[in-house]
Amino acid sequence: MIHFVLLISRQGKVRLTKWYSPYTQKERSKVIRELSGVILTRGPKLCNFVEWRGYKVVYKRYASLYFCMCVDQEDNELEILEIIHHYVEILDRYFGSVCELDLIFNFHKAYYILDEILIAGELQESSKKTVARLIAAQDSLVETAKEQASSISNIIAQATK
Amino acid sequence: MNPFSSGTRLRDMIRSIRACKTAAEERAVVRKECAAIRAAINENDQDYRHRNLAKLMFIHMLGYPTHFGQMECLKSIASAGFPEKRIGYLGLMLLLDERQEVLMLVTNSLKQDLNHTNQYIVGLALCALGNICSAEMARDLAPEVERLLQFRDPNIRKKAALCSIRIIKKVPDLAENFINPAAALLKEKHHGVLITGIQLVTDLCKVSTEALEFFRKPKCLDGLVKTLRDVVNSPYAPEYDIAGITDPFLHIRLLKLLRVLGQGDADASDCMNDILAQVATKTESNKNAGNAILYECVETIMSIEDNGGLRVLAINILGRFLSNRDNNIRYVALNMLMKAITVDAQAVQRHRATILECVKDLDASIRKRALELVYLLVNESNVKPLTKELIDYLEISDQEFKGDLTAKICSMVEKFSPDKIWYIDQMLKVLSEAGNFVKDEVWHALIVVISNASDLHGYTVRALYRAVQTSIEQESLVRVAIWCIGEYGDMLVNNGGVLNIEDPITVTESDAVDVVEIAIKHHSSDITTKAMAMVALLKLSSRFPSCSERIRDIIVQNKGSLVLELQQRSIEFNSIVEKHQNIRSTLVERMPVLDEATFSGRRAGSLPATVSTSSGTSLNLPNGVAKPAAAPLVDLLDLSSDDAPVPSSSGNDFLQDLLGVDVSPASVQPGTSQAPKAGTDVLLDLLSIGSPPVQNNSTPSDILSSSQDNKSSVAKLDGLSPTPSGGAASMIDLLDGFVPNSPKPEDNGPAYPSIVAFESSSLRLTFNFSKPPGNPQTTLIQATFTNLSPNVYTDFVFQAAVPKFLQLHLDPASGNTLPASGNGSITQTLRVTNSQHGKKPLVMRTRIAYKLNNRDVLEEGQINNFPRDL
Repeated sequence: MIHFVLLISRQGKVRLTKWYSPYTQKERSKVIRELSGVILTRGPKLCNFVEWRGYKVVYKRYASLYFCMCVDQEDNELEILEIIHHYVEILDRYFGSVCELDLIFNFHKAYYILDEILIAGELQESSKKTVARLIAAQDSLVETAKEQASSISNIIAQATK
Repeated sequence: MNPFSSGTRLRDMIRSIRACKTAAEERAVVRKECAAIRAAINENDQDYRHRNLAKLMFIHMLGYPTHFGQMECLKSIASAGFPEKRIGYLGLMLLLDERQEVLMLVTNSLKQDLNHTNQYIVGLALCALGNICSAEMARDLAPEVERLLQFRDPNIRKKAALCSIRIIKKVPDLAENFINPAAALLKEKHHGVLITGIQLVTDLCKVSTEALEFFRKPKCLDGLVKTLRDVVNSPYAPEYDIAGITDPFLHIRLLKLLRVLGQGDADASDCMNDILAQVATKTESNKNAGNAILYECVETIMSIEDNGGLRVLAINILGRFLSNRDNNIRYVALNMLMKAITVDAQAVQRHRATILECVKDLDASIRKRALELVYLLVNESNVKPLTKELIDYLEISDQEFKGDLTAKICSMVEKFSPDKIWYIDQMLKVLSEAGNFVKDEVWHALIVVISNASDLHGYTVRALYRAVQTSIEQESLVRVAIWCIGEYGDMLVNNGGVLNIEDPITVTESDAVDVVEIAIKHHSSDITTKAMAMVALLKLSSRFPSCSERIRDIIVQNKGSLVLELQQRSIEFNSIVEKHQNIRSTLVERMPVLDEATFSGRRAGSLPATVSTSSGTSLNLPNGVAKPAAAPLVDLLDLSSDDAPVPSSSGNDFLQDLLGVDVSPASVQPGTSQAPKAGTDVLLDLLSIGSPPVQNNSTPSDILSSSQDNKSSVAKLDGLSPTPSGGAASMIDLLDGFVPNSPKPEDNGPAYPSIVAFESSSLRLTFNFSKPPGNPQTTLIQATFTNLSPNVYTDFVFQAAVPKFLQLHLDPASGNTLPASGNGSITQTLRVTNSQHGKKPLVMRTRIAYKLNNRDVLEEGQINNFPRDL
């Protein structure tokens, strides 16, 4: 089971955190501080696994971002790397060659996509196409709602002119 | 954008935060934004709730408190539109966790949304529930989730399946409700549903044996095997393809479930052999995805019931992994070999050389795994080469790795050393290389071993002398060295006990003192080292009379030490050196051999030294034992030497005191009296320096507590003291061994059998018991002393002490001269009153002093073999 997902920038800024096991706010910031200290200092050629507090943290660097997932000792680390890559590919398709700025300004989108890939710390969908389709459908629902809202407010605005 | 929009947009807020150059600026921006959001919340502004929540999440991610937004999430979830619900649920998962009470308020909204007509809203609710639900919510909403497992849209079914995992983890009792719906999911074709369904079944099997039995049935198992076969053999499917493999995620989950089902079930394991063999042989291993599958497959093969052929296959895959250049693959190989070692140690041993190389890897994760694996691989036959490799590596390893490495080396050397000299050699190497990383108990153990290896004392002290010349900064090496120089300094100087493998070495007395002096003055030496050095100096002052003056000077330098312990040692030792020349040599005799069994027993108990010492004491003397009155040794240091007759047999007791080391009295040193002695009494005497001498039958607990206090303070420094309990106990056992515990009662003899209370090669003491009528608490003991030696004993004095719950009265003895060879005896009557009659048996400590050819002899013992009901 994945206990949490972290996206940390090269500078140690947090870009996304998702917790599937209960951690208090205090613990969360401690975990982030501890792990960014360990992971950001590791050399490029080293393996992508860090043993930490009886868990394993699997991380992978994409450009300026570190994607980290904390899993149980008996979980398959190599598969977690694939899950990270799966997520990155979906982000890439959604944003069109994703970069860190996309994830900063559209952080909520990154969360929505993650929620279509993982629930309760387990993998939900192995098809990138399906995930993209589901996200697109929900985005269009939001768009329609927004249009309706703005047309109503236009009507009100005109009526009260 | 909305023409009425007030405040900044999310994008603008992020920009302004990113533009901040200092943390203070950032805080100011965030404060301003938070104030605006609070204001909006207070006005119950609905138009911008969506945007405000998004802002809050961003602020939350930066690490600022956002609890005031929690209710906004709930309101947003409760509103009708999809966009509000979407951001509301996101905020709920981000800003709250399952332990917050607020979460309970959302249960009702969740229930409504789980029944919503819009499937995307159902999806949102399932996702939130799966990520943060608490046990109460799990109970309340389980029926909804169960129903959604059969929802028409597969995307809802898969979410419901993962949500069910969370529910059964929170409330395992609910597992049985999910067995049937989960079984239905296994038959699906949609990969998302299949993956989540398999995961659900795996978790069900972990929490419920009922589920495990159900899914082990051939009709389910065969279906799973077939699914795996289909996916392994499936043609190219672009939607699920990763590196030429169709859906590795599905592969891995199936293999994982098969592992759970096959574990401990030979039939089930049999069913899956073929497909496992196929996966193990056919999967491409040039990409990570393929290796992930192979890794999972190997783990399944190792876990299910034995099939020799498959295991060979699996070990071979691990061998290939181990030689892979990718660090990730090597890491998982090491990880898996740890599990394989219980299955097939021989096969893992074949890769020993490679694994040993991995210990030296650049990567800390790999090093750690490899070291643990090497540790598991050590046995009697390979301990020497492996230790050599690791010690060689110790020289060049990273500082942060040295702690782990030394711990493992020490542990394997201790466990598997074929002989003592090798053990000592290896430990000296480790101490010289990384002495600062060695734990205290490790060098304590080394000292115990050295003390026991009497033929290696000379060799060891010379080796330590050499080592310490080059590695003075390794504290634990220095400690062991000064201890040994203090004990065996004479062998260092006169080359005692030279082994033929040694290089000759010439050390003068002042060279030896130099080492100790350097240690005591070295800036990095801590108080323990200094205190040990002090004792070593005292010992050397007697071993090397020529250096006595210089040693006194060094000792005196610490007279003004701010550390009380050092100051005290300095002053006391100085007075020993100055004023008590004639007793000094007996006072600082060599330590008796430390008892290995006691020491290892205490280590096994893994109690801190001080705690175990005091508990050991109370174990030994459960009720406290009073010190005999008029003990000739009380306040020894205050007595002028003329009237302080020092029995030779108790010299080492003083030593123990001075060192704060109480050695088991059972390990009798050659050359001293063979009589078993309980050193504790003397110990107590010495430690009570400065406190009034305690009289017979006075409160023994005082002594006990004072001794504990003293001891713990000293023990902290030295930490070396094996508890006296073990020794005393073993002595008693020894006595019990050859003393008939209950001789046949004579026909008209007393109601209680008489016992031999004490026996040595020279003296026997028997007790006969009788009870005065009408007073069951009191026992009259007739003590009879018999001299077994051919010499007459004069000035014979018998003393006894009892714990607090007993009262003891000694009548005058029948005489004070004991004729030789059992030609007569002394009798003495003791009256003991047991206030705990019927609950606790009698116990007594004795001391017998007499003169043999005008020489003082002292024999001590503890009597535990009283008949039970006295």
